[in-house]
Parts: sequence; C-alpha cells; structure tokens
Amino acid sequence: MFSYLLRRLLATIPVMLLVAVFVFMLLRLTPGDPAAIIAGDYANDAQIAEIRSKLGLDKPLPVQFMVWLGNMFQGDFGESFFYKKQVGELIAARLEPTLSLSLLTIILTVCIAVPLGTLAAYRQGSWLDRGIMGFSVLGFSLPVFVIGYILIYVFSIQLGWLPVQGYQRISDGVGGWLLRLILPSVALSVIFVAFIARMTRTSVLEVLGEDYIRTARAKGQTESKVLMHHAVRNAAVPIVTVIGLSFAILIGGVVVTESVFNLPGLGLLTVEAVLARDFPTIQAVILLFSFIYVLINLAIDVSYTLLDPRIRY
Amino acid sequence: MEKQNVLEVRNLTVSLPRNADRPNAVENISFTVAPGEIVCVVGESGSGKSVTASAVMGLLPSALNPSAGETLLQGEDTLKASPNRLRDLRGTRMAMIFQEPMTALNPVTRVGDQISEVLEIHTDLSASERRKRAIEIMESVHLPDPEKMVDSFPHQLSGGQRQRIMIAMALVLDPALLIADEPTTALDVTTQAQILKLIKEMQERRGTGVLFITHDFGVVAEIADRIVVMQNGRVVEYGDRDDVLRRPKQPYTQMLMASVPSMTPPDRVPRTGDKAIEVSNLNKIYGRTGWLSKDRIVHAASDVDLFVRKGETLGIVGESGSGKSTVARCIARLIDPTSGSISLHGTDIGTLPQSRLRPHRRKVQIVFQDPYRSLNPRRTIGQSLIEAPVNFGVPVEQARKTARDLMELVGLSGDALERYPHQFSGGQRQRICIARALAVEPEVLIADEAVSALDVSVQAQVLELLDDIRERYDLAMLFITHDLRVAAQICDRLIVMKKGVIVEQGPTKKVYSDPQHEYTRLLLDAAPGRDVTFGSDTAA
Repeated sequence: MFSYLLRRLLATIPVMLLVAVFVFMLLRLTPGDPAAIIAGDYANDAQIAEIRSKLGLDKPLPVQFMVWLGNMFQGDFGESFFYKKQVGELIAARLEPTLSLSLLTIILTVCIAVPLGTLAAYRQGSWLDRGIMGFSVLGFSLPVFVIGYILIYVFSIQLGWLPVQGYQRISDGVGGWLLRLILPSVALSVIFVAFIARMTRTSVLEVLGEDYIRTARAKGQTESKVLMHHAVRNAAVPIVTVIGLSFAILIGGVVVTESVFNLPGLGLLTVEAVLARDFPTIQAVILLFSFIYVLINLAIDVSYTLLDPRIRY
Repeated sequence: MEKQNVLEVRNLTVSLPRNADRPNAVENISFTVAPGEIVCVVGESGSGKSVTASAVMGLLPSALNPSAGETLLQGEDTLKASPNRLRDLRGTRMAMIFQEPMTALNPVTRVGDQISEVLEIHTDLSASERRKRAIEIMESVHLPDPEKMVDSFPHQLSGGQRQRIMIAMALVLDPALLIADEPTTALDVTTQAQILKLIKEMQERRGTGVLFITHDFGVVAEIADRIVVMQNGRVVEYGDRDDVLRRPKQPYTQMLMASVPSMTPPDRVPRTGDKAIEVSNLNKIYGRTGWLSKDRIVHAASDVDLFVRKGETLGIVGESGSGKSTVARCIARLIDPTSGSISLHGTDIGTLPQSRLRPHRRKVQIVFQDPYRSLNPRRTIGQSLIEAPVNFGVPVEQARKTARDLMELVGLSGDALERYPHQFSGGQRQRICIARALAVEPEVLIADEAVSALDVSVQAQVLELLDDIRERYDLAMLFITHDLRVAAQICDRLIVMKKGVIVEQGPTKKVYSDPQHEYTRLLLDAAPGRDVTFGSDTAA
C-alpha cells in the first residue's frame, strides 16, 4: 500500500512537468513579444526592456524554463502585473473561499444524492423512484446562475433569511462563514446531486441483482441491512469515482457561482486575471488547478483499494 | 413412529406473469423431504426446479406468485409466513446454497464476517463467540487453517473453498432443511466430487434434510436418496433413486437418461488423413514486467505439441486453469502465442503479423461456450452469418444463399435469417453459431466448451450435429471440454492438460480404459455417477 502511494506520487511528477511546460509555452508561443504582452498596451519601450530582463526573456528558452521552474519550486510564482503583488500571496488569499465552497458543496451533494439514489434503486419503479429521477432531470436542465438568482430572490430578498452576497473568513466566525456559503453551495450542488443520484441508482440497482444479495436474504438478513451492508458498499466504486470527478469539475467550475454570489475566490481571481491579461497569475492558477486534479485522481484511486479488497496495486 | 418430514411440498403452483410462455412456472407439484434424506430435483432449464426452491425459502422474484398449495417446513407453511417470520426461519431452520460460489459471497466482506453475520442476525452471541463459532464450522467443512482463513476475502479463496464457506454459512445454525441449488455445477470435476462428499457427510452427521437441485444425472446418481424429475413446471416422475435411475417409467426420464453421454467411449476407426493443423512448442505466458511493478507470470501453456488430421476430432480435456482454452485461442490467433509454431498447410500462422494473417483467418473458426453472448443481439442472424464471407469477398447475394443452406444444414429454417438472436433458444443459438463458423468454409473448427451451457437433450443433438458436419466437410475439429462424458463420445484422440502442460494423450478409448497419468485417473474417478449406465450404446 505504502509503496503504491509512493509510486503514484512519483508518477504525478511527469504529469505536473508536462503541465508546466504547457503553461510556460502558453506565454512564449503567444504571437508577439511576451514582455510586451506582460507590459500591456500602454507601456513604453523602457518598461518593456525592463520586464524582459527581469523575466530573463533575453536568455535561451530552456534556460528560461529552468529558471522559471526553479523559482516555482521555491514558492516564487512571480509578480502579478495587475495587482502588483506576489502571485503566491494572491492565490493563498483566494484559496480559502474556493475550497470552502467546493468542500461544502460536495459534502452536501453526497449527503443528499447517495441516499436518494439508493432509495430510488430499492424502490425501483415506484412513485418515489420516478419523483427522484424527475428531480434529477430538472437538476440537469437548470443552469447554476438561474438557480442562484432564484435562491437569492426567495431566501435573501423575499424572506430575508440569508445574506445576498459576500464572504466571511472562517477565522472571523464559523456561523457567519457558513451562513454566507449556504446559498452558493445549494445552487452549485443541484446539478451534482442530480448526476450522482442517478449514478448511485444505476450502480445500486446492478448490485441488487447480484447473487450475494440473495445470499444475504437467504441468511434472514433484514432489508435495511441488506441494503446498507451488502449493496451500497459494493456499489461504491463507481459512485466514488463520479464524486471525485464532480469535485474536480466543481473546483474548476466555481467561476460562475463566485461571480453570482460575489465570493472573492479563485474563480473570481481567474476571471479578473484573464480580463487583465495578467499572465503570471493565469499561469499559477492553471498549475494549481492541474495539481488539484492530479491529487483528486490519486485520492479516487486510493479509495478503490479501501472500498474493494480485490483491488490491490 | 416415523419422524416428521422436514419439508412437505403439497400441490404447489407458482404463476407466471401474464405475458409469459406458459401460465405457471410450477404447477401442482408435491414431494417430501425427510430428515437425513437427500431428495434430488432434476430437470432441464425452465423446468421450474429453482422456482420450487425459491418458493420454499420465500425468495421468489416479485413477478412470481405462489397461487396454490403449501410448502410445509416442519409443519409450518412458509408461503403463509410473514416477512419477519420468514427472516427468522431463514438461516435457522432452512438454509440455502447456490450455484456460483464466485458470486454468491459478498466480495468486499471477510468470509468469517459473512458466516458470523448469520449468528449476528439470529443469536445473542458476542463478537468473539461468533468468531469462535465461525472458525469451528469452517473447520468442520474441512477448510485448511480456518484460524487464518476466517479473515480472508472471497477472492483469495478457490471456487471449492468458497463453496465450503457457503456450506459452513448455511449449516452454522444447524438448519433442518438445506436447499442446494446446483451447488457443484460451476466447479471442476475433482472439486465437485469433494463438495458432494462434504454435503453427504454433513447431512449424515447432522441429520439435515437436503433438497438438491441439479440438471446433472451423474450428480443425481452420486448423491440422491430419492429423485423428483421435473419438466415444464410439472413433476414427471418421483421415486427412490434406484427405481428412477435403473427402471425409469416415464418416456421423458428415459430420454433424459439416454441423452447423458456414456463414460465408455465407442470404438472409433483411427483417422489417417493429412494433418490439417500442427502445433509445436506452443507457449503462452501471461503477465507483465512493467515500470516499478512486480513480475507476475503465469505459464498458461508450456511447450504444447499437437496435430489434428482432416476428418478427425481431437479433444483437449482439463479443469479450469489447465490452459485448454488458451491453446484453442492461440490456434485461432485470438490471442498471440508467446512462442512456438502453428502450421496450417505448411504456413506458420503462429507468428504471422495481423496484416498477413487475414487470409488465413477464415480457415480456422471457433464456436464458443455461451450461445447467449456470442451473437450480437442487435444484428439479425442473416447479418451475422454473411458478415465474414462478405469480408472475404463473397458477393452478398451468394453469401445469403449459402447462409440459407447452412441454416437448413444445422436444422433451422432458412426463413429465420431475418430474426434476431433473442428469438431463439440456447440450443438453436448454438446451431446458429456453428452455421456462422461454417459460413467461411473453414478447414479447422474449434469448439470451445461448445455444448457445456446446453441442457443434456439439446447437448446430445448439438454433439450429433458437430459430428455430422465434421464427417461431411472432412473438417479437423479441436474439441475443448471439461466434461469427460462428452469427450468420451465425440473425440477420436484425447489430450489431457493440467496447469498448461499436456500430461497424457492418446486414442480416447485407450485413455479411458488404461489411463497412464495419475491426474487422468483422478479426473476419471471424479466423474459423478460412474456406476450407473447412461446413454445409448449405439452412440457413434
């Protein structure tokens, strides 16, 4: 197990290197002088020359790459042209809202979707099943921003129960933090609940047809335990896979939600950086997201070995 | 005073849903199981034998409803029992073991926990006492090192060991009735012999009444005290073992018994035709040696030499994992041999690259075990039959005409070409698979367990068809089977394989009458029902 983990961690290195090369080339392959791009439309020649030497752009490409890579290993992601701040600091400040939102959303999703899907599978064909599946079609069809605005209108404007927008750091009080995150995570979770509930239903249905379910019943096991002990755990591998993938999509897709609810997270930072053509920030954000994806994939694979003893690496 | 029957099935009728092919799955059936007695319910697929067992256990699928009769478990009608009462009875007074030990155990739970689950449901024993009981019962079904095995997962055990776990699980609370639904069908013949012995031992030692469901008359002969013969949901014949096996009264029973191939091979004239295919030093090694991964290597076939003459049937027999299918698949080049030569008319196709292999593909055709899965369900029979000939350049019209002729040759109507696979029975589908193989006029026909999934009466017909076709087209046939009865009847020569190695070969008659290798003797001895005569002696 340990050697497997180590191997997998080592295997992330080439992946991350590949991403780094891509990100590095992103700037260098853009038509025109990177220094000019970084400097922006209104810079004069002296400024451009200064940027060029500061970034080492006058050196050959491989040397530039190694220098850039070396800096990043020391935590130096460069300076944001737009914010005039270290990119590392910038991202660190934005990480908390994004991670808070994503984690809360995925927890909410799993708590709702897995029981719903299991129930739908167990009562296959009943009104309950049809109701849950109907909801899931609806969840797929509604865009996040529509759900977001509806929720804001109902719960914040009409009922006044929850704040409209904004974010409060968790260090400033868990209550306020949670209160401000409820609406965005509900809005975000709808589509994932729909997706994961469907996946759970399919997976559990398949397992319920297995011989060992019949064996459990032949032992005199109660239906609830047949479902919990025998069915759900065996159905878990595909479910966990989509949960992991959903989480990855979530982190990448918080852009819209953060805009709607005005959360100062990575999504908003990405939007701002793109609009401002702030290349150092864009590079760092892409690298970070890639790294998170690689980690999530690793976590999914490791969870397989915990869920199913037949899977050993 | 006679002891109370463990099970009395009285006039049981289970109705099928409206759109089924007959109104009832089982109709008005009655029989009894006494304590310490093994009653075998025997019949072909669709006879209603498994439905009967499920009805007793209260495990019928919701589409099936018992509509009349009663199933008395020690006098208590399980058909009328409430779901709660049924749960109490299951595991304590009646228990069941199933066909597939590979799938009947929960793959993600330790086997010991699965045994102690029964105790957890029905007793107040503490966790440590449950574990102790689990180990005891595992010991009594002769599992090696139960102290250690109790913490194993099912996939770490062999098929026979898993079935022992199932039996341990069923017997841990000493039920009065044990229902065994084809418990040895998925097992190798030597393992089957051990499991049958174990069931008999348990039943004798504990006085359990056993309802044993099987399609295999050999197993029946081995284990039954009394026999219930079922056909299309009705009891055809019911009586003591010797009465039914030695003096069957009903024509259906007689037909079934005659269909079981005899263990005595008929006399066959040695074939002297040219060698259609010759294999030498064939090796197939599975496994990989990759970056940072450990080497896991299996020799699925080691230095296999064989040849098949025109018009000859060569049988390869062996248990699962013996490499017999690997050899067949290498010869058909469905998998690539690791080394060795496969000579087809002087051309070595063993190492030919895929691009140059194509013209030779049509010469070697294969018929697989499962007719339900080897035809594409979304294509008509006609489409499946003409696909290969058209690929090899035969005009569509001509291919269709040949397909019609072939359908008639295999005993089906030429008009059936427009139909889909699901509209045919298993036996018919296997005939279609044979027609498909013949469509490209092969020189070598490989039958890989081609009759193993079929009922005995259908099996007999398909065997006859295969023999017929071999004769008519002067085909070289490679017949892969685990069934020694089938092999005895159809093969001219025989190869016995074990763990990828040929341990014995020779003319079928000689191998059966004078086996040289110990493993061959073991296989022959394990074949169930050797003391009862089956089949007609006129078999070709």
